[in-house]
Amino acid sequence: MTEPLLRVRDLKTYFVTEHGSGTARAVDGVTFDVLPGETLGIVGESGCGKTVTSLSILRLIPEPPGHILPGSFIEFEGRNLLTLDPRELRAIRGNRIAMIFQEPMTSLNPVFTVGDQIAEAAIVHHQVSRRAARSRAIEMLRLVGIPDPDERVDHYPHQMSGGMRQRVMIAMALVCRPQLLIADEPTTALDVTIQAQILELIDRLQAELGMAVLLITHDLGIVAGSADRVVVMYAGQVVEQAPTATLFARPLHPYTEGLLASVPRLDAPPARARGRLRSIPGQVPAATAWPEGCRFHPRCPYAWDRCRAEEPPLLDAGGEPGTHAVRCWLLTDPRRRTPHP
Amino acid sequence: MNVGNWLALGGAAIVALAAVAALRRRITATASGRRFFRHPTAVPGLFVLAFFVTIAIAAPVVAPYPPYFQIDITNPDLPPSTQFLLGTDPYSRDVWSRLVYGARVSLGIGAVAMLVAATIGTAVGAVAGYFRRWVDTALMRLVDVGLAMPRIFVLLMAVALWEHIALWVLVLLIGLTGWFGTSRLVRAEVLSLRERDFVAAARAAGAGSGRVIFRHVLPNAAGPIIVSAALGIGNMMLLEAGLSFLGLGVPPPAPSWGNMIADGWHKMTVAWWASTFPGLAISLVVMAFNALGDALRDALDPRRAGEEGGEGGGAA
Repeated sequence: MTEPLLRVRDLKTYFVTEHGSGTARAVDGVTFDVLPGETLGIVGESGCGKTVTSLSILRLIPEPPGHILPGSFIEFEGRNLLTLDPRELRAIRGNRIAMIFQEPMTSLNPVFTVGDQIAEAAIVHHQVSRRAARSRAIEMLRLVGIPDPDERVDHYPHQMSGGMRQRVMIAMALVCRPQLLIADEPTTALDVTIQAQILELIDRLQAELGMAVLLITHDLGIVAGSADRVVVMYAGQVVEQAPTATLFARPLHPYTEGLLASVPRLDAPPARARGRLRSIPGQVPAATAWPEGCRFHPRCPYAWDRCRAEEPPLLDAGGEPGTHAVRCWLLTDPRRRTPHP
Repeated sequence: MNVGNWLALGGAAIVALAAVAALRRRITATASGRRFFRHPTAVPGLFVLAFFVTIAIAAPVVAPYPPYFQIDITNPDLPPSTQFLLGTDPYSRDVWSRLVYGARVSLGIGAVAMLVAATIGTAVGAVAGYFRRWVDTALMRLVDVGLAMPRIFVLLMAVALWEHIALWVLVLLIGLTGWFGTSRLVRAEVLSLRERDFVAAARAAGAGSGRVIFRHVLPNAAGPIIVSAALGIGNMMLLEAGLSFLGLGVPPPAPSWGNMIADGWHKMTVAWWASTFPGLAISLVVMAFNALGDALRDALDPRRAGEEGGEGGGAA
């Protein structure tokens, strides 16, 4: 097996809320690997800790109120990111690990040209001259498929559409040829047609540059199209982890099941297609008060006494060893997989 | 006043008008420029400032006499005439000439003091707002103390302690006691800007704190800083005038508008012109700066940015 590029072990990122109403355990013991060159999808509803996980990797959590607990471990290219000093960390940000954000409309600085902003990482990390940085910016704009890059390089963000701005964000992220690209909901703010273009672009650049992508999204359709493996998060924890094909064919965690069932499908069996679109009842609980036992039990159709009392560990679900893991007691008692009345 | 002086004065007025017109042509290309010129006091304010700056620069041509020159000490307090445009003062010096040279001193002190104040205020505000926590607390308590101190009293103390104070020290003192308001304003801007997405994006790209502050945060806070500086210059000039009037500012015989008022005020009843005209000059320039500041506030207010959306967003 190849050595992972990024190794996240037992990551815990907590936020101390104001007025002392408690500690929000936004990310609570997350473990996963990203292999070189692969795309790992992280899926989950709003509030389940996806974004905090990605920000924790780059140590961009605002401190205070947030802090990453000792005992957490994030290893990238053989170094623990959590023990690096600020200088070493800056040398990695934007250079070895880059990030693109959800909102292309607000993630660009309104007072600088897009060329300046693309060139910034190159100037910071590779000390290139302004002239070289400019031609690099033009080259990146061409790479991400912006027409007339020689002209566009001098444009300001407000002169561009949302889709073009997201392309600029990608150009900014990739200017230093990072090994890992973290894409946090890269298409959520875009039209569906533009979404497909942006995802194709990320796929193509990934193949060209040989980088790994950590794709964070709430959209299972995006995961199905782009990811090699999927991590499903719920309430600050990983609840299921599997290769994409396995996850879609044989979802084992009730939460994953629910997520898949709530995707509208054209190719579903007639019985279901005619029925109502299913949804998971309830909402993700507040991060200051995760439920006792299994954190999903209040919303789970199969929950029984054990789920309310004991928190399940990540259990191996068979198949190829170490590929499919599920945090659910059903694995120890599969006969209960029929909803109680 | 000879013909050359009159011509120079007319020339100065034309230069000032031309400067305003040129600026207008240039910046009405942008939406905020149009908002600036839509303000009713923008053009008169700009003209007054451009005029005083021009005559200050061209002082040797515009002024018929050197500023210290006593024309006829046995015959002072001559009323305004074609020879002495604004009359002569109790020391028989041409008030117009002194007013022109005094513009150099008064405007210069205002501008430099404001530059000092704006620089310190911006730096302190940016550091406090960006790093927050104990840095913020410490700096802002210092600012509270600064704002609570009666400024004129502090300056009087300092001036009184040194006796013969050099002009640059005075300027520095005025600047050093005038940055507190600016720092609060900048801190508030930075506090909100640092939470913006593009700041997070810059940090994710590996930019350090200095780079984030100077390239990403402060340029976006430029509007309020410029407005407060424009409004502040007037205050700085009033402060200088006040100190000079009390005899503790610009040392005579160097002319500043403040000490010109002081020179003439005890003879107000017989020679009103000696202190009235410098007083008018101060009022006019301070009003002009306030008008400019108001217009700039309208032009640079981010909440008005929506008004430029129509022509700004030429999206593809």
